[in-house]
Amino acid sequence: MSKLILNDLGKSFGTVPAVQNVSLTLQEGEFVSLLGPSGCGKTTTLRMIAGFISPTTGSIEMNGAMLSAPNRVVAPEKRGMSMIFQSYAIWPNMTVAQNVAFGLKLRKLPADQLNTRLDRILDVVQLRHLKDRYPAELSGGQQQRVALARAIVIEPEVLLLDEPLSNLDANLREEMRSEIRRLHDAFRITTVYVTHDQSEAMVTSDRIVVMNHGRIEQVDDPVSLYNRPKTRFVAGFIGRTNFLDGTVNGGLIGFPGFTVPAGLAPDADGVNGPVSYSVRPQTIAIHRTAPADRNGGWWVEGRIAERAYLGEYWEYVVRPAEADLRLRVSASPQTVYDTGDAVWLEIDPRRAARVPSEE
Amino acid sequence: MSQAELSHSVPVVAMRRRTFDPLMILWVVLAAALIFLVVNPLFRLVQLSLQDTDTGAFTLLNYVTAYSRPRYLTATWNSLQLGFWVTVLCLLFAVPIAWAVSRTDMPCKGAIRLLVLGAFVTPPYLGSIAWILLAGPNSGWLNRVWMAVTGAQEGLFNIYSFEGLTFNIALYSFPYLFIFTSAALDVVSSEMEDAANILGAGIMRTTLRITLPMILPAILGGAIVTFLEAIALFGTPALIAIPARFNVVTTQLLQFFSQPIRAEVAAAYAVPLLLITVALFGVQRLLVHRRGFVALTGKGGERRITSLGPWRWVMLGYTMLVLSLSVLLPYVVLAQAALSKAWGRGLSLDNLTLHNFYYLLFQHETAAQSVVNSFTYAAAAACIAITLALAIAYIVSRRLLPWAGVLSFVAMAPFVVPGIVLAIAFYAAYAPPPLALYGTATILILAFATRFLPIGYANADAAIRSINPEMEEAVRILGGGRLLAIRRVLAPLMKRSLIGAWLLVFIPATRELSTAMFLYGPKTRTMSVMLMDMSEEGNFESLAALGFLLLASTLIIVGLASSLLGRDFMLRRERG
Repeated sequence: MSKLILNDLGKSFGTVPAVQNVSLTLQEGEFVSLLGPSGCGKTTTLRMIAGFISPTTGSIEMNGAMLSAPNRVVAPEKRGMSMIFQSYAIWPNMTVAQNVAFGLKLRKLPADQLNTRLDRILDVVQLRHLKDRYPAELSGGQQQRVALARAIVIEPEVLLLDEPLSNLDANLREEMRSEIRRLHDAFRITTVYVTHDQSEAMVTSDRIVVMNHGRIEQVDDPVSLYNRPKTRFVAGFIGRTNFLDGTVNGGLIGFPGFTVPAGLAPDADGVNGPVSYSVRPQTIAIHRTAPADRNGGWWVEGRIAERAYLGEYWEYVVRPAEADLRLRVSASPQTVYDTGDAVWLEIDPRRAARVPSEE
Repeated sequence: MSQAELSHSVPVVAMRRRTFDPLMILWVVLAAALIFLVVNPLFRLVQLSLQDTDTGAFTLLNYVTAYSRPRYLTATWNSLQLGFWVTVLCLLFAVPIAWAVSRTDMPCKGAIRLLVLGAFVTPPYLGSIAWILLAGPNSGWLNRVWMAVTGAQEGLFNIYSFEGLTFNIALYSFPYLFIFTSAALDVVSSEMEDAANILGAGIMRTTLRITLPMILPAILGGAIVTFLEAIALFGTPALIAIPARFNVVTTQLLQFFSQPIRAEVAAAYAVPLLLITVALFGVQRLLVHRRGFVALTGKGGERRITSLGPWRWVMLGYTMLVLSLSVLLPYVVLAQAALSKAWGRGLSLDNLTLHNFYYLLFQHETAAQSVVNSFTYAAAAACIAITLALAIAYIVSRRLLPWAGVLSFVAMAPFVVPGIVLAIAFYAAYAPPPLALYGTATILILAFATRFLPIGYANADAAIRSINPEMEEAVRILGGGRLLAIRRVLAPLMKRSLIGAWLLVFIPATRELSTAMFLYGPKTRTMSVMLMDMSEEGNFESLAALGFLLLASTLIIVGLASSLLGRDFMLRRERG
């Protein structure tokens, strides 16, 4: 069942468009991330869902009822949602228990039920022993858990998270993003998660919405998004990649400095003219010599221009002969080449993704 | 409990149309209040200055009258000279002390900051009364000591002179410059100086080319504020210039207000003062914003302390000299006079008495009433100013309504209106029928509230800005309305800073003179007005006792505020 529907949503501040043509449908219990660089409109979209901002165009529906439309907006407090803020927004004048119980009190729950649910959620986030502390006495991670508990305990229609991990240090961030997913698996609350961190989005989400310049670039599950990016922006934003811009001509693709068979290239059937591909650094293999049989694979002769050892892998930059092209290649730590070495690169065209050509 | 049950308790309520927002009513109320307090009085002031009193016809004759007599022009010239020399003296007092406190190893910095705070909260007219006791011709303590030591027939000092007036004002104005300068010095990080050192610049060169240029806009800004304060000051000139038989702009304005009242001439005479003030504040903002702002907002890095060696005792000596003249000696002579049967007889047991206080509080016709008046008016004014400021600041910071920026501009506008001009503006607007408020407590309270509204606004605004809007949004998304968010979260979080803001309005309002002087009636004298009245009677013992009461209460309140807000709360620069 469709839980939340964003229909051609748009928001302008003055004449500046912040969000344009955002259409999205969330299923009951789904976890969806809005991912993009700062200023891409993801937070504005989230705040429209929360009801803090009213849309300039389009509408938002929940459970089949209209929540937001230009000039008609249900107030945030009437939406039955909850939200975790970038600053956590834990009220410093209330104890942990008072913070977490706030939403339940507003719902006029009987005291015994309230206490049961309060204790249960505090157990889930492992904060029961701190329930009478004030927020100032808690660590960043504990404050984060208070915010999570406060938002989840009311079992909201939709849970909204606005970059909730950006104030934590790297280790804690990894721990908390798994925790968020674990809580989602336990409670199955429909969730919208805003982040600019691709790994956060990939760890937590069922589907990721990549946004740029106020528009949706692509909506997909993490695997498809990484392996089949549909735009150059998505390919470049999710992980690292190489762009190959070439031209199809009679079964061959001419790239700067080398020509390869078009046979195994995805989405190249019947194309005659410019094509572009995104090729991930770890889908390229490095060899000392060219093979006798190329089997329709793409082989490129070049030299190592730069190299860097990153512990988990070697990062090489290879320049094909006679071309102004730099290909980034990730190789295992055992694959050692020197700067200046002549090498052959093997690209598996089946793992390349066709993206729109540069204008 | 299932999710379905919960959803029932928070129904998705029918959408409300956004054609009418109840907040609009608040906007209209606030706008009306600001028009009443700020816009209308200033408008009436200008209108009055351009009107023939009898016919109401347009005329420029008031301006001709106000500026045709050489006497009146001399007063203006005196004011400009006074402003200039006070500023020069303040620079000499404040800049070295600020530098020494902020950047050197001079000892006793804590005590010095406290004494500067003391100078800052001492009403200047009280300082003048003390200095009349110190440097009155022949009878002043300093003169008597001089004559005793040297055997001279005449005293050395005469407070009743232009030099005396300048010096006296400077003693109580230099804290402004101190605040501006030390605020600037506090944010110029030593790293910026280190950056010059590492490139090969010596200490002198670094100071002249790096440090000084960075704090210069702040110093100039402070100098302009000092100049404006000096020319707008009423109490000190009234106590010193009038007996010395010369006039400045503010005392001249008072004379236009003595019988027969020529308010229209006063208005015409005051308008240029207003224009000068507005223009100079404009210059000051430009200075501080254009060059100084980057340095002033930059994150203050670590600041290194310059070691002065034996010179630190010289610096301390100079600092203590200034502060003795400003605070220590005046407080001592005031206390002595307040506790004496006759102040001229000096310190001896048989001269000691509490009678002056008894006389003031229980025998004098109006003195006790004036004490009560001062505190009640100040409290009422502070409540009005803070309520208004808070509502406006909330609307502005949360962008709840369009055109909120206009409200904040108008709320800050009285900052550039000298108290005496504001008083005449209120007189012009609300003395005539139908309101006929002249002499009532209402007009005094409203005028005080208006005068200190900018202080209230700057502080209320800072208080609201310091609270992340997400704190309120968290309430709302969980199902609480805006009012609940304000009651349960915003109000508790702002309690301390609001009490602080209230005190910052209350403190100057208890001692406000220039506004009260033009608006009080027989039953609405404030302590400050009472002091002026008594100074004419020449009863310095009761005068000192009243001043002592005012000072003591101020110090108690400031002490209270410091414990709430941190010791330096008044010496911080809150507004540009």
